[in-house]
Amino acid sequence: MVRDITLGQFMPGRSLIHRLDARSKIMFLIAYIVFIFVAKNYMALLLVTLASMLVVLMTKIRFSMYLKSMKVILFVVILTGILNIFYGTGNVLWEWGIIKITDGGIHNAIFVTIRIATLVLISSVLTFTTSPSDLTDAMERLMKPLTFFHVKVHEIAMMMTIALRFIPVLLEETDKIMNAQKARGADMESGGIIKRIKALIPVLIPLFVSSFRRANDLAMAMECRCYNGGKGRTRMKQLHFSVIDLLGLIFSLIVFAGVILCNIYFSSVIR
Amino acid sequence: MIEVKDVYFQYDGIEEEKQFALNGVNMTIKDGEFVAIVGHNGSGKSTLAKHFNSIYLPTTGDVIVDGMNTKDDDWLFEIRKKVGLVLQNPDNQIVAGIVEEDVAFGCENLGVPPQEIRQRVDEALKAVDMYDYRTHSPDKLSGGQKQRVAIAGIIAMEPECIVLDEPTAMLDPQGRQEVISTVRKLNQERGITIILITHYMEEAVLADRVIMMDSGKVLTDGTPREVFAQVEMLKKHRLDVPQATELCYRLKGCGYEVPECVLNEEECAKALIKLLKGSAG
Repeated sequence: MVRDITLGQFMPGRSLIHRLDARSKIMFLIAYIVFIFVAKNYMALLLVTLASMLVVLMTKIRFSMYLKSMKVILFVVILTGILNIFYGTGNVLWEWGIIKITDGGIHNAIFVTIRIATLVLISSVLTFTTSPSDLTDAMERLMKPLTFFHVKVHEIAMMMTIALRFIPVLLEETDKIMNAQKARGADMESGGIIKRIKALIPVLIPLFVSSFRRANDLAMAMECRCYNGGKGRTRMKQLHFSVIDLLGLIFSLIVFAGVILCNIYFSSVIR
Repeated sequence: MIEVKDVYFQYDGIEEEKQFALNGVNMTIKDGEFVAIVGHNGSGKSTLAKHFNSIYLPTTGDVIVDGMNTKDDDWLFEIRKKVGLVLQNPDNQIVAGIVEEDVAFGCENLGVPPQEIRQRVDEALKAVDMYDYRTHSPDKLSGGQKQRVAIAGIIAMEPECIVLDEPTAMLDPQGRQEVISTVRKLNQERGITIILITHYMEEAVLADRVIMMDSGKVLTDGTPREVFAQVEMLKKHRLDVPQATELCYRLKGCGYEVPECVLNEEECAKALIKLLKGSAG
């Protein structure tokens, strides 16, 4: 049940995308998000979507995994799509009281839906192909300039590492506590939403208590291993840029140029 | 290696003034020794374990590690580098989401160069027979395997002494076996001083020296044979002896000819065979 979450799960592999430096992957992701929102017409959007599909294919991860992660946010996509139908301008196609559907609204809806879907797809590429530790490590390095503004970059990265490490542990614990409470006759599956939320309290309290105990243990274990914050710390795995990252950069630049060109040349195309 | 001098220790926040978890402990641990510290719950053995690398500081008395007092802040990291501590719960002491990265954690903290960390990590994982699992996620491992990863994390820091605070308490028999044989191997092949805190007498028997603790004091201290010979005294303090020892002790009580002190199943079997053959012939 709780363990079926695919959003943000790492799938090891040896594809070109896997071998990209985690830092460039984060930067490319940000760039793609910008591209998606810069795209002004269907042609530009089509280009970005095709580019993302190409990247997705290159990861050599089964497409069904991506669909699974899409499923989680399907509701959000549909909802924003529907809402956008009613917020358009242009020719009115249908009207009922204050509700009216315009052709602009329909275009909006299609546009937003494709945008969000592409967004999820391309973000999944990052989390599917990058190990959590590489990800936090890359973030630590990318955020390094922020130390200038007294942002505790190392501490934030360490917190993320630990949080990611303990997600499966705590999920297992939640399952155990739920079963223990069920064995004592706790009813968690029936009743309205309020009743169900109330039924979770006897699960959450032991979970919190044990989390604090774990935190105490972990702090001690870290002290035993001479942890003293980020100062003077080295890393076993060094991140380094390679030719692949350069190729990725060239690819991204081409896509970017394409989006800009499409925006200019196809400005007459609908939308 | 480690000297414990007249240590008293009191936990913060205990109402009654006179409640000490440690009540004047004295002991000396020599280089390369394999010492087992045993005692039942609340005997102060875990509290003592946390004194060896200055997680806890004595209320009065001193703990000296290779000439460095644990109370001296300047030596803190030196001491923790020399004396590694493995805790009871294997889940709660693994920091990173990948086995080899967790093993590297200690070295990274010490500022070892990346190349050398790689070497140390590979070597440490081989020493505990977990090299094949180096890229796995810890939550897919068994308890015994996790505990061995935790030990590897300590070994990678190249300590001279490893303190294990009930490392087998949460493991199944097979996991227990894995951990104990790993610890013995480290002691015999690398000469690392081992201090094993346990309440399994069968594990204590494997040590060179057994220290029995009861209500914050050292009860007896000697080779397993010397300690477990005092069955009467141990029973009085509600302490167990290994099953084989117990069996022979009772047989002897019934007037059968068995050796004075039997430590393991093998010796026990031999004694019984001899006894049975004797009575048959």
